[in-house]
Amino acid sequence: MDLKFTDKERAFRAEARAWLEANVPREPLLSMDTADGFEAHRAWEKKLYEGRWAMVPWPVEYGGRGANLIEWLIFEEEYWRAGAPGRVNQNGIFLFGPTLMEYGTEEQKRRILPRMASSEDIWAQGWSEPNAGSDMAAIRATATRDGAHYVLSGQKTWCSRAAFADWIFCIFRTDPGSERHNGLSFIVVPLDAAGVNVRPIAQLDGETGFAEVFFDDARVPVDHLIGKENDGWKIAMATAGFERGLMLRSPARFQSAAARLVALYKKEAAGADPVLRDAVARAWMDAEAYCLNTYGTASRLVAGGKIGAEASLNKIFWSEMDLKIHETALALLGPRAELMPDAPAATEVDTWLDGFLFSLAGPIYAGTNEIQRNVIAERVLGLPRK
Amino acid sequence: MTVDFRFDEDQARFRDSVRTMLAKECSPERLRVLSTSESARSPELWKQIAALGLTGLLVPEEHGGLGLGEVDFVLALEESGRAALAEPLAETAAVAVPLLTALDSKSLAAEWLPAVAAGEATIAVGHPENAFVADAHVAKLLLLERDGEIHAIPPARVEMTHQPSIDPLRRIYTVEWQATSATRVASGETAKRTLAAVFDRGAWATAAAQIGVADAMVAAAVAYACQRQQFGQVIGSFQALKHMLANVSVRIEYAKPVVHRAAFAIAHELPERDVACSHAKAAASEAAAMAAKAALQVHGAIGYTWEVDLHLWMKRAWSLDHSWGSAARHRARIAERVLDGAGPAPSFGFTPGV
Repeated sequence: MDLKFTDKERAFRAEARAWLEANVPREPLLSMDTADGFEAHRAWEKKLYEGRWAMVPWPVEYGGRGANLIEWLIFEEEYWRAGAPGRVNQNGIFLFGPTLMEYGTEEQKRRILPRMASSEDIWAQGWSEPNAGSDMAAIRATATRDGAHYVLSGQKTWCSRAAFADWIFCIFRTDPGSERHNGLSFIVVPLDAAGVNVRPIAQLDGETGFAEVFFDDARVPVDHLIGKENDGWKIAMATAGFERGLMLRSPARFQSAAARLVALYKKEAAGADPVLRDAVARAWMDAEAYCLNTYGTASRLVAGGKIGAEASLNKIFWSEMDLKIHETALALLGPRAELMPDAPAATEVDTWLDGFLFSLAGPIYAGTNEIQRNVIAERVLGLPRK
Repeated sequence: MTVDFRFDEDQARFRDSVRTMLAKECSPERLRVLSTSESARSPELWKQIAALGLTGLLVPEEHGGLGLGEVDFVLALEESGRAALAEPLAETAAVAVPLLTALDSKSLAAEWLPAVAAGEATIAVGHPENAFVADAHVAKLLLLERDGEIHAIPPARVEMTHQPSIDPLRRIYTVEWQATSATRVASGETAKRTLAAVFDRGAWATAAAQIGVADAMVAAAVAYACQRQQFGQVIGSFQALKHMLANVSVRIEYAKPVVHRAAFAIAHELPERDVACSHAKAAASEAAAMAAKAALQVHGAIGYTWEVDLHLWMKRAWSLDHSWGSAARHRARIAERVLDGAGPAPSFGFTPGV
């Protein structure tokens, strides 16, 4: 165990900090869930790519920097410290990208990853269906082989970023006689293909962060299949491991929120009750614990280990922590908590209300926390399924 | 070379040998016998613990110890909790040993450390953060605080009163004694610094034991839930129990790296070690208390009996909860550093923008 950053890591941090200080937009970008904001975020991603900071842990030949996961965590710390924009291509770069690295052919990697790293292609995720939410093995959308193509039919929903994205990675049923986890395949689809229709869904804040996607005999070449046919569940679980276990929510996001919460507490402290004081301390502690645990996971992965079912512990921890951080912030703001940022009385409300709404989704997306608890009980603790 | 959170092979092997020894020599049956004995202590068991190198782990080599560090020790301390070991391993080997080493006068260390390493003596520690002195009755030496100074007192000069408590294996005492200039071993800045370090170490070592206690209770609950049947199926298949135990697991697993980081912070004398140790104790205390409640609930009425072993761990969890500062005490200490301090809080990695 060595928890002191090496000279090389310090130099890496300094380099990232200097680049970000010179390049992060001074004003916040428009919401990525609007058409203009989406393109503004794409432009920011291109700038990151030009600076070789878009995909820090990816191999250089796929558009990355070839850094290890510890360095990626350092970059993320500097990224959040700098207050840089959210990553509009996160479904691609943090979830599908690592999956493709593991399961894709060399041709697929060279075709897909560099365009993803530069955000020429921004990716959405298409797994859930109206009747396949927590019960994802109930997927019914089909991909039927027809010569050199798959013909796609069915509906996906809650597809993050699909309102404006270019591509979507999906799971379809390729074996018509199959049931549950069997007979599913991981297939990528351009969202502008004929027979693909996207209907944006307004979220409770009124913006269209996700969409429904309808497939009406859309055709994609067979080389859009990732991994083997009917092997999709296994690949999807690998993606879910990245999503829950490490990459989607790097610790600096929460340490940054906790630091803002501490600053808010210091500002609002007059009259703050001891319960809130304790809640702020807890939020700070949890963000630190999450960071330490993530460095542990990254250490194991750097040494050749794999993410297993323990990713589910992670997902519960960060999603509940995020909610608590924001609930505590709103409690500190008191009557101002409900104000929209443009309300005349909204002084120093920061983005806490928006963040609170987003944090409410945490226990739902990436597999509900109830499903994660089942996974922990059955696959970490060894309790019986039935 | 990079930041690396993993334990090395030697450390993992050492943990395994401690676990194997304690499973055999500190079984629940053995604990039950000890708990009804006069001292609740076993000199033979202490000798075996010493033979593995545990009592002398932090003792410098020139005093007959292994001269190792807290990162080498922390997994073994977890194992002591897993076995519900009640011998004063944390107080003697993780707190008193470095206390003696830190004193300006080296004579006390030279006198006592070889005996501790050889398993011939235990040392009790009285600290203002603790209302009671654990294991005063078997200590060959007591290191006690008064008015910000540290005194070394032989047991014959201490009037000790046993305070019967919920954990019959962990004996706690109030002590009365006379402080003189002859008993004083540290004063002024040295005493202040040493007492602060002692609090950090006591909190950290107890936290490590609590991790093991918590793990053991979850393991007991899982084992029981896998064999107890109701409604024609094992109760471990019911989601209500699964989710309760999953929630406990989350708290335990996220307390572990905090405890491990505290070990590193002490070993390397990092400036943020006070926060690291307080975080460790707060997180481990909460995890252990939560594990006790959940494990009892999973067991149902049988868990409420003397007959089933679960209470050995539950009582240890409750007893250690207030030892070396409660979770609330340590959160308050963190709040002082993080919320009342002028500069940014000491985060790992992340530094808030300025």
